[in-house]
Amino acid sequence: MEDRNHLGKIKTTNRVEVIGNGLIDIPMLQLLKPDGSEHESAQLPELDKTLALKIHDTMEYIRILDERMVAAQRQGRISFYLASTGEEAAAVASAAALSPNDMIMSQYREQGALAFRGYTTDQFMNQMFSNKADPNKGRQMPIHYGDKALNFMTISSPLGTQIPQASGYAYGQKMAGNEAITICYFGEGAASEGDFHAGVNMAAVLNCPVIFFCRNNGYAISTPSEEQFAGDGIASRGIGYGVKTIRVDGNDPLAVFAATQEARRIALAEMCPVLIEAMTYRLAAHSTSDDPTGYRSRDEEDKWRAKDPIARMANWLTHKGWFDEKQNKAKVDQARQDVLAALKVSETIPICGIEEIVEDVYDSVPWHLQDQLTSLKAHIKQYPKKYPKTSGSVR
Amino acid sequence: MAKMNLLQAINNALITAMTAEEKVMVFGEDVGHFGGVFRATSHLQEKFGKGRCFNTPLTEQGIIGFANGLASQGAYPVAEIQFGDYIFPAFDQIVNETAKWRYRSGGQFDVGGLTIRTPYGGGISGGHYHSQSPEAFFAHCAGLKVVIPRDPYQAKGLLLASIRDKNPVLFLEPKRLYRASIADVPEEDYELPLGKADLVQEGTDITLLGWGAQIEILQKAAEMALDDGVSCEIIDLRSILPWDAEAVINSVMKTGRLLINHEAPLTGGFASEIAATIQEKCFLYLEAPITRVCGLDTPYPLAHETEYMPDETKTYEAIKRSLHY
Repeated sequence: MEDRNHLGKIKTTNRVEVIGNGLIDIPMLQLLKPDGSEHESAQLPELDKTLALKIHDTMEYIRILDERMVAAQRQGRISFYLASTGEEAAAVASAAALSPNDMIMSQYREQGALAFRGYTTDQFMNQMFSNKADPNKGRQMPIHYGDKALNFMTISSPLGTQIPQASGYAYGQKMAGNEAITICYFGEGAASEGDFHAGVNMAAVLNCPVIFFCRNNGYAISTPSEEQFAGDGIASRGIGYGVKTIRVDGNDPLAVFAATQEARRIALAEMCPVLIEAMTYRLAAHSTSDDPTGYRSRDEEDKWRAKDPIARMANWLTHKGWFDEKQNKAKVDQARQDVLAALKVSETIPICGIEEIVEDVYDSVPWHLQDQLTSLKAHIKQYPKKYPKTSGSVR
Repeated sequence: MAKMNLLQAINNALITAMTAEEKVMVFGEDVGHFGGVFRATSHLQEKFGKGRCFNTPLTEQGIIGFANGLASQGAYPVAEIQFGDYIFPAFDQIVNETAKWRYRSGGQFDVGGLTIRTPYGGGISGGHYHSQSPEAFFAHCAGLKVVIPRDPYQAKGLLLASIRDKNPVLFLEPKRLYRASIADVPEEDYELPLGKADLVQEGTDITLLGWGAQIEILQKAAEMALDDGVSCEIIDLRSILPWDAEAVINSVMKTGRLLINHEAPLTGGFASEIAATIQEKCFLYLEAPITRVCGLDTPYPLAHETEYMPDETKTYEAIKRSLHY
């Protein structure tokens, strides 16, 4: 109790002085310049060639996947998609600094973290086509991935709900004595939700080993960050809640990696939360249902295109002598082919049988759902043409 | 066996659960050293340590969000919301997260270990914000179980079953009985089934159906009716979701009449759901329309609390109307 009774630490003043903004300057960690060259005084993280290439290749793969799936949505093959163009470093390089047994609780634009963990093109496709090969059983809109084997919690649409959940998950890891943490991704818009404030405060008070990773990408659909908050971004809130905090250039893969590695070390060693605010830019539309030309200029986008994280990483790899242009082109071509081939297969895989509509509501199907299923099946049998996706399997 | 009031029975159930399984963790506002504003969590922190019984900041959405995450990790959180009236900041976490966790992940992840305890109901001069009965909101929420005990014996057995059930359970405690209801409670570990109604009293002329604190109201009304020679069957539903329709159907087929009593407002209350199902299943057996004795469609009042309550006299009059239909 005494260590938290902070009244004793407060100094007294005799002057009426209202405190404004800007008491603390929170700098942004940047190790690579936008052109990929190293800052002279930069302390680079230890990163071997294999891991550095994996970070680069995963970012590039995600960009290919995003481009292809936006096109697939335009063609009417899937109902919805949400690209992470321009923000690939934030998700991929942070995931690269984690251990595979760390839990990832993401928002919905962190497909890079999932790909880094080893989620395959087929898995991405099966989820997006809601087919029966998806372990999530086609129950959610495209991009709501989840995979137990990869410690990637199934995504839900409501914003910010995963933040207090991550605190609770991390508390469970601590109580179980696991050498593992939870990372929780969210955007600067979601950080306006009550769940952000609840979750970060609880993690601080209850000493939960969790990394809160904010992708401050400038926009919540059309609302720019200037209309989202008046303070110094999201990082200043971490400090307000007594949470160790670092701000990082979200388009600098090395800086994101270094910051996350340090955050993980602190979270485990000190059993406490750490907040990372990654400054980046959503070059993509919010989703395929959005059109950014209505609220921002091409000029603005071009300025951020020049800070592209993939090109920055490729340039750095080239400086290191680790980048083979020809090999990379072969990988890109292969990825394009793989994505297209997987898409063609996935869209032909049927959806789950109608019985699945009542499964997993509870651990077993209760009487009222059994009754409802029985009536539904009888009805489908009566009108098979109205329900072509399931009538074939209803006997 | 020991004489316990409802709070002591809950406290005893929590001790039993925490002793048997170290992943049971109890938390909420003031539940730590202080033992909760009603003392339901007394001495848990002393017995089991601060890691397993602790205060949280004052944030219901945070408590349930945290509990969801903890349950998905494999623990058995027992989260307390200090009053049912304050559960609404957590409504999103319960409706969109708790209830859908297993379904949305195709069964890969679940929060089956979660139990949310909260006191509900009036009769304590609590006004709008310390008296509400929110069960119907949650009965509309597939994936949850909603359980309400009527006395200390039921409370211990149902709470232990709720904590160990593989699904998230909202456990609503009738706060006006916390100290008023005293019963013999086994000191050993026992569970009572979820989703099963309990026959409180056999009868032949009319079925009186309720749950929680209203069961004693039904018992008083049945005694008044007995003086008129009317034999009432009383059923405690115990679980609102999923509810035991079969028990109610069997009873109504025998008595031909059904009265449902709840403290929550009439419109959209859980009695509506029961009435709709029973008229469908027992249409040709009914001797009179199904009748509801419920709270008014007003915010819960203070000065007029006695008038608002669906009490034994209102219930008795409704029994007579049904018998003389």
